[in-house]
Amino acid sequence: MSALESANKIKAKFGDLISEPTEFRGEITVKLAAAEKIFDVCQFAKRSLGFDYLVDICSVDNYGEDPRWTVIYHLRGVANGHELRIKTDVSEEKSELPSVLPVWRTANWHEREVYDLMGIRFSGHPDLRRILMWEGYPYHPLRKDFPLAGKPTDLPGVAFTKVTPMEGGPFVTLPSSSDSIAREPRVRVPEGAAPAISDQRLVGGKLK
Amino acid sequence: MATVQDIEIPDSAARAAAIEATQDIQGEKMVLNMGPSHPATHGVLRIVLELDGEVITKADPDVGYLHRGDEKIAENMTYTQFIPYTDRLDYLAPLANNVAYALAVEKLLGIHDKLPPRCQYIRVMCAELARISSHLLGLGAFAMDTGAVTVFLLTFTEREKIYNIAEAASGARLTNSYTRIGGLMRDVPPNWLAMIRVFLKEFAVALEEANTLLTRNRIWVDRLRDLGVVSKEMAIDYALSGPNLRGSGVEFDLRKNQPYLCYKDLDFDVALGSVGDCYDRYLVRMEEMKQSMRILEQCCNKIPGGAENKSHEPVSVQDGKITLPSKQKVLTSMEELIHQFMLVTEGVNCPPGETYFGHENPKGELGFYINSKGGGTPNRLKIRAPSFINLSILGELLPGCMISDVPVVLGSLDFVMGESDR
Repeated sequence: MSALESANKIKAKFGDLISEPTEFRGEITVKLAAAEKIFDVCQFAKRSLGFDYLVDICSVDNYGEDPRWTVIYHLRGVANGHELRIKTDVSEEKSELPSVLPVWRTANWHEREVYDLMGIRFSGHPDLRRILMWEGYPYHPLRKDFPLAGKPTDLPGVAFTKVTPMEGGPFVTLPSSSDSIAREPRVRVPEGAAPAISDQRLVGGKLK
Repeated sequence: MATVQDIEIPDSAARAAAIEATQDIQGEKMVLNMGPSHPATHGVLRIVLELDGEVITKADPDVGYLHRGDEKIAENMTYTQFIPYTDRLDYLAPLANNVAYALAVEKLLGIHDKLPPRCQYIRVMCAELARISSHLLGLGAFAMDTGAVTVFLLTFTEREKIYNIAEAASGARLTNSYTRIGGLMRDVPPNWLAMIRVFLKEFAVALEEANTLLTRNRIWVDRLRDLGVVSKEMAIDYALSGPNLRGSGVEFDLRKNQPYLCYKDLDFDVALGSVGDCYDRYLVRMEEMKQSMRILEQCCNKIPGGAENKSHEPVSVQDGKITLPSKQKVLTSMEELIHQFMLVTEGVNCPPGETYFGHENPKGELGFYINSKGGGTPNRLKIRAPSFINLSILGELLPGCMISDVPVVLGSLDFVMGESDR
């Protein structure tokens, strides 16, 4: 039995929800029309077709198209050597699909990564936290509308939250350029609050 | 004169209360933060451990301290420009990453099985050298964390020689960027095979020495045996790969199961563990190094063109739309000039489509999923980092271990954070 036959078996089981299998460079891909069925499809693939190894879960942002997200599952059977790719589209309004964690435990970190970087949620995931970015980070950086250079956030500086005790002390040199103090994360202050910097010569970020 | 004092608690209710009181003391747990800067975490891995005395009851690995957004960066540059970034994934085996990435793009182009034979052999040799280099560091650091510092000195001497060989081929010791889409940066120098032969001879002695120091060492065996046991089913369920998967007795090696390059023509065995404990993973890595030596020896003898390549075997695909033409031709011929201009400014023109290619890297299966809409840059490039996935099992593996076993389990999993965090 080949990977193509496995794909056809999935199609026979789920009918119109599954597209005709396509082949490109020897890889078989099927597309699932209803993302909420992904758990059933994966469970069927594992239990009945021997796809016991989940290679990867990956997400694609089709920015400007509807539906916006595509989530891609790479399946493999260790014993039979078959590989199959299952794709499913998720709309931006919903941005949610069922977790496949009960099928393969490796899905845990993959789903957390997709949520972290792309912002697609997995219902039923017991611990859907950010994994590569830090907790509380407001954006999903792999989205196409997130700039490569990054965005400033309102979060306080990560390394230093308070002005260091040595601030203005004997080892602090004078700023080398007009904006060097503003760039220094130690002196970030919330808007409206009194400037924490003690250097009175600074007015509006410029040297008097 | 010694006296024996019997303490009797007469009624059962009082006895139960006394037992409960002692259990309360045992049940007091402590949360310990290990990392992100801890010498045994091999980089910036943080593990939040919940301890009951010295026994771990819960472990929560925290990754991402080295996240650089490689996948995002890849979407904003041509396929060729991303090659230096692959050096920095698993920085202990950059040559293997280069080979994996080049093959992934070539699969999208449909030329991965049309590579010139000399190129295939050199790539296999690069991948195997990287495997030895990575396993040597893994072994050295593993042994040092367990208390055997001598092995570390031994393996680092040998790694130095591999760096020299890599430098002779690519010009760089660490960040090699030796492959190009459709071939190699350049052919290897004439003395390269001789360098490898000398290395193999010396390395066989050093490996035997490490083997003598560790494999039957009572302390080493006592600390590794029956620790961090990963069953076959668990290894597959957590999608472990590489030596960690094979250490659990799962016979799966991409070089055998989905042969690429010229691995079909080479004779080597796949090392397998039986129990899946730290000791098995150690043995698998030792055996893999021996098999890599076998592969390298065969490659030295079989490489088309031999050491000096007098027959001028190509090392790149002869296609002006994929690989750069020679500088001589660029300066004298219009067509080559246009090819060079297009390749450098717009990149290799890949067809629309999506492919996944998995490469048997030293740490496991390094896979690249490329989603292309056509043109010279990928629409999405996903890196399946083996270290990331191998680490996800920690939460299951550590509970029940002693705290002093953590460095041993971490060393046996052999991960690298540059790859895990991407």
